[in-house]
Amino acid sequence: MLSGTVTSLTVVLIVIFLFKEGLGVFDKKPVEDGYVIALNKNNPVQKLSSEQIKNIYDQKITHWSELGGKPDSIVLFRLEDISNFYSDDEIGANFEGLPNCINRLIDSLPDIIAFFPDKYLDKNFKGKQLAVDKISFKEFFGGKEWFPTAQPSAQLGVLPLILGTLWVSLGAILLALPLGLAAAVYMSEIANDRVRRIMKPLIELLAGIPSVVYGFFGLVIIVPLIQKTFNLPVGETGLAGSIVLGIMALPTIITISEDAMRNTPRAMKEASLALGASKWQTIYKVVVPYSISGISAGAILGIGRAIGETMAVLMVTGNAAVIPHSILEPVRTIPATIAAELGEAPNGGLHYKALFALGCILFLITLFINLTVEFISNRNKYNKH
Amino acid sequence: MPDENKLAKSKKRKQAVAFGIFRILTYSIVAILFIILSFIIYKGISVINWNFITQMPTEGMTKGGIFPAIVGTLCLVAGSMIFAFPVGVLAAIYMNEYVKDGIIKKIIKQMTNNLAGIPSIVFGLFGMSLFVNKLHFGDSILAGSLTLGLLALPVVIRTTEESLKAVDNTFRHASLGLGATKWETTRRVVLPIAFPNIITGLILSIGRVSGETAPILFTVAAYFLPKLPTSIFDQAMALPYHLYVLSTSGTDIEATRPIAYGTALVLIIIVLIANLLANGLRKYFGKKVKMN
Repeated sequence: MLSGTVTSLTVVLIVIFLFKEGLGVFDKKPVEDGYVIALNKNNPVQKLSSEQIKNIYDQKITHWSELGGKPDSIVLFRLEDISNFYSDDEIGANFEGLPNCINRLIDSLPDIIAFFPDKYLDKNFKGKQLAVDKISFKEFFGGKEWFPTAQPSAQLGVLPLILGTLWVSLGAILLALPLGLAAAVYMSEIANDRVRRIMKPLIELLAGIPSVVYGFFGLVIIVPLIQKTFNLPVGETGLAGSIVLGIMALPTIITISEDAMRNTPRAMKEASLALGASKWQTIYKVVVPYSISGISAGAILGIGRAIGETMAVLMVTGNAAVIPHSILEPVRTIPATIAAELGEAPNGGLHYKALFALGCILFLITLFINLTVEFISNRNKYNKH
Repeated sequence: MPDENKLAKSKKRKQAVAFGIFRILTYSIVAILFIILSFIIYKGISVINWNFITQMPTEGMTKGGIFPAIVGTLCLVAGSMIFAFPVGVLAAIYMNEYVKDGIIKKIIKQMTNNLAGIPSIVFGLFGMSLFVNKLHFGDSILAGSLTLGLLALPVVIRTTEESLKAVDNTFRHASLGLGATKWETTRRVVLPIAFPNIITGLILSIGRVSGETAPILFTVAAYFLPKLPTSIFDQAMALPYHLYVLSTSGTDIEATRPIAYGTALVLIIIVLIANLLANGLRKYFGKKVKMN
């Protein structure tokens, strides 16, 4: 009994652990624990979003008026700037004077924004600590930048990653679908038994090659080829990812759509042939329409395989977390991001939780794909009976 | 009627063109497979020798062998199968022999399908948060094996179920008719007949598990560890992760390339053997059943 429910149990456990960690990201602030951002107490600005903080420190926002404050230019302060204002004597050899220095500095400069560890926060601090919003759903899903380790404020926009994933997978399926369907038609309707007996294990073998080997192959063959053909600075591009993923999605598409086509009732095919249709006409007027739901199931599962694939993509796409504009630019997918960054993310921190949140997104996408496939094949059953 | 003749001719011509295109496309897939295989075999074969397989990596992985990675992968395969095989087979027996058709069976089936569809990196995340952090196994062979075992579970369940389904119901009826209980029937009649196919499934899942990288990234894999694991709580190197490391983040990528080719070839050979063995068994037992 327990063994029967073991898969259900696993799925439930995966959901619990994934979402517990992943949803934790919305409980965190983008500013690292143990750091504060402070303003002069007369500054009317009360709150800043993560993106605004980043733009201030990148000097894209230079005036408080852009943030609803006074029309003065912003004075940036990081801890390492302290020696510009105070001498080593005032700071002290063990930084014992540092809290006082920071306090005085913030009090004296009305347009300052200061970022420093909270252990240097003076006991009678005269400035005002900035309230930083927790990471919001909107920021997470709509943000266009993914810099999870950026200082002072991490940028956790997953949009480029989601788009990168869809972009690469779409490319893969565009390449794989025509090839896969042709092979499925050929194997189920055209080839004789002998060819089929040889082809089946070959397709199985294609499915059996480990993804890291595909990635390696892509890295040493496809990437340099793309670089040379299109005369690019780097060959690690979305296109390389699409090609490798396309090859990897082929077995799924072929096996499932071939099965679907083979299930076409013989009577239907023979009726078509008896009416004078050629074999080819029978295929595209009878077999393909009859098995269209199976074919789409194969295509969707192929997309699912491409979306979830990690290692091969990680190795060939170049992993730049920017929204792609063409297939010849490096992109970064969700699984590749998790694989590349989880090793460096401190356990339980913001970055760690953000990567689990990415895992949740990935899980939901693949669950959606599975349920869609289920729905399609169920509907098909009803139609036939 | 010339018109009809023309029509028939164009019909034939169209068919010939279409079939030709389909044949070319299909063969091009086979060609892709052979290009990948022959490229890796061609580049890797000169690297592989006895020393490569039995020695520790040396000099920042630019020289020496891949012995610890092979041992690590063997440990992981064994560990995951010790977990996944009994559980998976029992689950399949339960589903196929005991549960009646209905909502429960449907749910279990759906859940198994969902589990099979979850990307391997998500298994890695899950394994890390449950086995490594929550249960404090640390980065260890145990954590990696359990993660890989969960990944292999749906494969084992599916193939076992298929083989149980292939057992003719007359066997079951005969045994039950002779007064055997359901469990006796399952154990003495159904399982022995289904056994060869179950083993085929086992071999295929071994092939799958030995090549998986994403689930072991954060649960077991060591970047460079030139000694053999001594307990299930040790970290270990593994072939697929080794290949990944060699091809992307080595200190001297050019110098490690030959070793990367060799590692890729060893991985391919494992997969090839698993596939050939599975196919061979299938054919062998398929014939035997027919003779009966």
